[in-house]
Amino acid sequence: MAPTVPSPAKSASPSQPSGKSEVADLKQQLRHLAGSRAPDADDQRRDVFKRVISCMTAGIDVSAAFGEMVLCSATSDVVLKKMCYLYVGVHARNHPDLALLTINFLQRDCRDQDPTIRGLALRSLCSLRVPNLVEYLVTPLATGLKDPNVYVRMIAAVGAAKLYHISATACLDADLPAALKALMLSDPDAQVVANCLHALQEIWTLEASNSEAAAREIETLYSKPVVFYFLNKIKEFSEWAQCLVLELASKFLPSDNNEIFDIMNLLEDRLQHANGAVVLATIKVFLHLTMSMTDVHQQVYERIKAPLLTLVGAGSPEQSYSVLCHLHLLVMRAPMLFSSDYKSFYCQFSDPSYVKKLKLEMLTAIANESNTYEIVTELCEYAGNVDVPIARESIRAVGKIALQQYDVNAIVDRLLQFLEMDKDYVTAETLVLVKDLLRKYPQWSHDCIAVVGNISSKNIQEPKGKAALIWMLGEYSQDMHDAPYILESLVENWEEEHSPEVRLHLLTAVMKCFFKRPPETQMALGATLAAGLSDTHQDVHDRALFYYRLLQYDPAVAECVVNPPKQAVSVFADTQSTEIKDRIFDEFNSLTVVYQKPSYMFTDKEHRGPFEYSEDLTNLTVGAEATENVISAQRYQENDNDLLLSTSDKEDNGTATNNGSSASSYNAPSDLIGPPLLSSQTPSETLLINPGGPTNSLQSNFSLDDLLGLGAPEAPAAPPAPALTLNSKPVLDPGTFQKKWGQLALSLSQECSLSLQGAASLMNPQSLIRHMQSNFIQCIASGGQPPNYKFFFYAQKDGATVFFLVECIINTASAKAQVKIKADDGTAADAFSALFQSALSKFGLS
Amino acid sequence: MISQFFVLSQRGDHIVFRDYRGEVPKGSAEIFFRKVKFWNDDEAEEAPPVFNVDGVNYIHVKVAGLFFVVTTMVNVSPSLLLELLQRIARVTKDYLGVLNEDSLRKNFILVYELLDEVIDFGYPQTTSTEVLKSYIFNEPIMVDAGRLPPLGPAAMFMQGTKRMPGTAVTKSVVATEPGGKKREEIFVDIIERISVTFSSSGYILTSEIDGTIQMKSYLTGNPEIRLALNEDLSIGRTGSSTFDYRSSSGGGAVILDDCNFHESVQLDSFDIDRTLHLIPPDGEFAVMNYRITQEFKPPFHVTALIEEAGPSRAEVLLKIRADFSANVTANTIIVQMPVPSYTMRASFELEAGAIGQTTDFKEGSRRLEWSLKKIVGGSEHTLRAKLTFSQESHGNLTKEAGPVNMNFTIPMYNTSKLQVRYLQIAKKSKAYNPYRWVRYVTQANSYVARL
Repeated sequence: MAPTVPSPAKSASPSQPSGKSEVADLKQQLRHLAGSRAPDADDQRRDVFKRVISCMTAGIDVSAAFGEMVLCSATSDVVLKKMCYLYVGVHARNHPDLALLTINFLQRDCRDQDPTIRGLALRSLCSLRVPNLVEYLVTPLATGLKDPNVYVRMIAAVGAAKLYHISATACLDADLPAALKALMLSDPDAQVVANCLHALQEIWTLEASNSEAAAREIETLYSKPVVFYFLNKIKEFSEWAQCLVLELASKFLPSDNNEIFDIMNLLEDRLQHANGAVVLATIKVFLHLTMSMTDVHQQVYERIKAPLLTLVGAGSPEQSYSVLCHLHLLVMRAPMLFSSDYKSFYCQFSDPSYVKKLKLEMLTAIANESNTYEIVTELCEYAGNVDVPIARESIRAVGKIALQQYDVNAIVDRLLQFLEMDKDYVTAETLVLVKDLLRKYPQWSHDCIAVVGNISSKNIQEPKGKAALIWMLGEYSQDMHDAPYILESLVENWEEEHSPEVRLHLLTAVMKCFFKRPPETQMALGATLAAGLSDTHQDVHDRALFYYRLLQYDPAVAECVVNPPKQAVSVFADTQSTEIKDRIFDEFNSLTVVYQKPSYMFTDKEHRGPFEYSEDLTNLTVGAEATENVISAQRYQENDNDLLLSTSDKEDNGTATNNGSSASSYNAPSDLIGPPLLSSQTPSETLLINPGGPTNSLQSNFSLDDLLGLGAPEAPAAPPAPALTLNSKPVLDPGTFQKKWGQLALSLSQECSLSLQGAASLMNPQSLIRHMQSNFIQCIASGGQPPNYKFFFYAQKDGATVFFLVECIINTASAKAQVKIKADDGTAADAFSALFQSALSKFGLS
Repeated sequence: MISQFFVLSQRGDHIVFRDYRGEVPKGSAEIFFRKVKFWNDDEAEEAPPVFNVDGVNYIHVKVAGLFFVVTTMVNVSPSLLLELLQRIARVTKDYLGVLNEDSLRKNFILVYELLDEVIDFGYPQTTSTEVLKSYIFNEPIMVDAGRLPPLGPAAMFMQGTKRMPGTAVTKSVVATEPGGKKREEIFVDIIERISVTFSSSGYILTSEIDGTIQMKSYLTGNPEIRLALNEDLSIGRTGSSTFDYRSSSGGGAVILDDCNFHESVQLDSFDIDRTLHLIPPDGEFAVMNYRITQEFKPPFHVTALIEEAGPSRAEVLLKIRADFSANVTANTIIVQMPVPSYTMRASFELEAGAIGQTTDFKEGSRRLEWSLKKIVGGSEHTLRAKLTFSQESHGNLTKEAGPVNMNFTIPMYNTSKLQVRYLQIAKKSKAYNPYRWVRYVTQANSYVARL
């Protein structure tokens, strides 16, 4: 056994001065040992190597010892070899010339008798990551792929991917992908097969952006023979490789229902696997396969509930967290299906707060007539919890459930009980909720006001709660006896109020109160306006000035502005659009689900995952071939990171400048963006003079209304045209399109079909784009590979400024298209939809 | 695709650091550690196991007070990485016998060796202790489990509350023992973690058992094993609600809501005779996980009372009754009760003749803590406490205090009545008679009584 190892703890801290002298000392010893033939030389070497690696782990720069390490590496001791390989792998990149020294012994080891040595050497050789050593890599790799030993082939397969990263051309020139593919489909060992698949996915996915052949190769990976080849031997694979195969299967597009059921039957028992990753990957396959079959899809939900809940209970808290995130996603999509399982989502004492938060959201979502009472009872228990953030969340959850309209009566009672608990954060949270409730259910004002009136504003420190209380004081000042006086005392303390939000609310509340009880409020109003006008916060100052001038102009008008008759709010805005939700669901069993945002928001394009087909919006190309306006499109990209145009591939734009029709960039067609001089202008200037202008003013309207607490104004209604004709040359630039797409509500979403000829002739996006153009529907962006394409179209109503925006996802295998339409004028959406569909269905027939 | 794997100590020292793809910028371990240490500092929340900083995804689990972390740039399956991390920890434990900072530091070269084989270029290869054996050349340096210094009081906290009870087996799967000869033995542990919530009136609001049959085999030659469970075991509860108690009370049958199995388990005859066939791989693994929401008799009955006793005083009464047979003893019992935030002092009054009981008032977290070394089945224990407040209490004391939470371990007791009827090992010869250990243990996961 090796003698006592110097404790790494002693040298663990990089800040310790010993670092440098330690390295010098190690170098010295290594040099001394290099030529040593003493019987215990290997033991001594092991010792020194260990110290080197221990330093390396601790973050001490030991690269200075590179030469000495290499000199000592000529040994037959496997443990020594491994340590040396590890060291060399880490430091070779910074010492390309010295790395050459290692090539010799690595190459020799690649031909060793012992397969373990061959494998290890090959792995290290490929891990050097030194571009100018590539020539030494190709032959051992090619030989390794044919090695009689499984271990070596396994390593060679991954090695091919490593080589691709060092030098793509070397890898492709040696025809390694073809060799990998052959091996993948024939090797008897499952891990070799899995590694080939890993490597091919990585190589072809990266290659796909500049080679159509590679794109086709990816297609073959999803093809029926390949997918079924993998699925049929799924049990031979390790659990990790099973996940890989299942991920592949989830992208497979079956041609008929029998195939779907075959796959599901084959994978049924994977749902009983103890490894949560396998179960989730299987669930993804099931969910994706059954998307088009509503009934079966629902059955899948029922089927996967129990295994998911078991996984939540088993394993470490971290493992349950990930599973719970996925359950959360499913619950949010189909709360009905989980309504009887609510007790599974009760918080447990030992749950960490990130788990409790998820559970609270789920409880909120699944509350319905039958379980609301019990859920709310449970949530109320948490409100007194020692864990303050969770107590807050629980109160919010109760409020949200009340807004869902179940059992409001009882909930209002309980909320009011919260106010009696007399804990400042409970009171603050509750006030915010009571305010929202009153906006939705004005009929409860009587009960609420009685309780709220008893709360002393001095006890509330949190701005949100205080603002809510002030809002209620203003809004219901006629019912609250003390309202003017409370407001007055608040105004007296104006200077001490640090939150501008509270001061803004105070201004408005005093105004409201003034119109309801003028004699009592007059004094306070004067003081308020004076305080507001001298406020240093711009918004507060402006609002005070605005009120002041309004009152000067005409008090009656001022009253209309401040105290208009209010309608109850029926729905509070949802924070996440359905599009984003759908995308998150598409990316089931990935980090997306944990972060609750689609991958384009947190990864750059290259890293979205091995199987991200170019559904990916960054890959969209534009219909017409144009180069002049590329710059402006790029500018947009730099300024917008919205859904449509992602910022992540600036490097692709470089290529786009040279080649406007490049498959992986976004650029604008020449006839869409006005004269070339526009291209040099900043986007905001462009916006002001383009026909999309109205969106701008619309936006400012909204913010003003918000400020005054008005409801949204009705959109200017255009008279519905009996028959819709489209402008033959509409103009809409990408930036405006994107803005509109983000702002407008979805008018219509439906599935329609293509003619079979159409589906068959849709080999690339261009053909459809030309066809739609002839129907006066312009394409602004498109992308995808067979069989999935995605397009964004737009059209304009003839003689009006009304635009129609369309997102259209076509699957050529099923000849189906998912169409989403947004329109400036929702009333015309139906007419446009008919027009669009008829145009689409004619594709391929003419 | 994993970019890096590293293990950090509680102080943030690198114990092992392996970069597989060279794509994550330098300093990731430091970024990770800072993020975890100072996650939402003012609200004292724990960092979630998965988070993203500047485009790098950090995924971690806490094992034995250590952070096992992987980083990735790709949008991969979080479950896959979390399972893998847990598995790496388990394989390491199989090799080292004991998994802690000391054993890892002593064996870091072996861990590097393992990591090379477990992950290649970021792709998981194999995590089977058995397969790995043929590629690992370092001999583990054993750490004596008995004389280990504890990791400090924070260690308990770092390990997470759902931690499995330590299997008493702390010997390496691979190392040869000092005697030279390997002892043929196999351990089967039935571990049940129970969650019960009592309402203020003592009724059971929710109850659940999360169980695991865990196995650790030291048998040479991988003989086949038959593990027979209760014959009347049934799986999948009928009826609309999974929490429907009416159907099950009284009957002796064990009804599992659901279960899953290790991949080595053959279920061919499971439907007929409830027997699992398997060839156990080396090392520790879960044969089966199961979940039960069927009503069961909770091992402890807990009652808690808090009453006003004067203008700024209150009295607390905690009572525990052990509802199991007298030949079973629970140990390491801790009862905690949060008290109103304006509590200044607490004085305790233990029952007469109490042995091995301690009490404490944790001022920082405002809670009473009552620890009992052991509780014998059938016995009852009470604790009285007088609280002094800094202000007059207002309103309802029960909303300001509680709920009471209890932690315990009961060896040789299983709540669900799930039994291993027999454990049969395919015989190689007549003389072959390995040791078989079947052990039961019940632990509290979330055992809560409301006020």
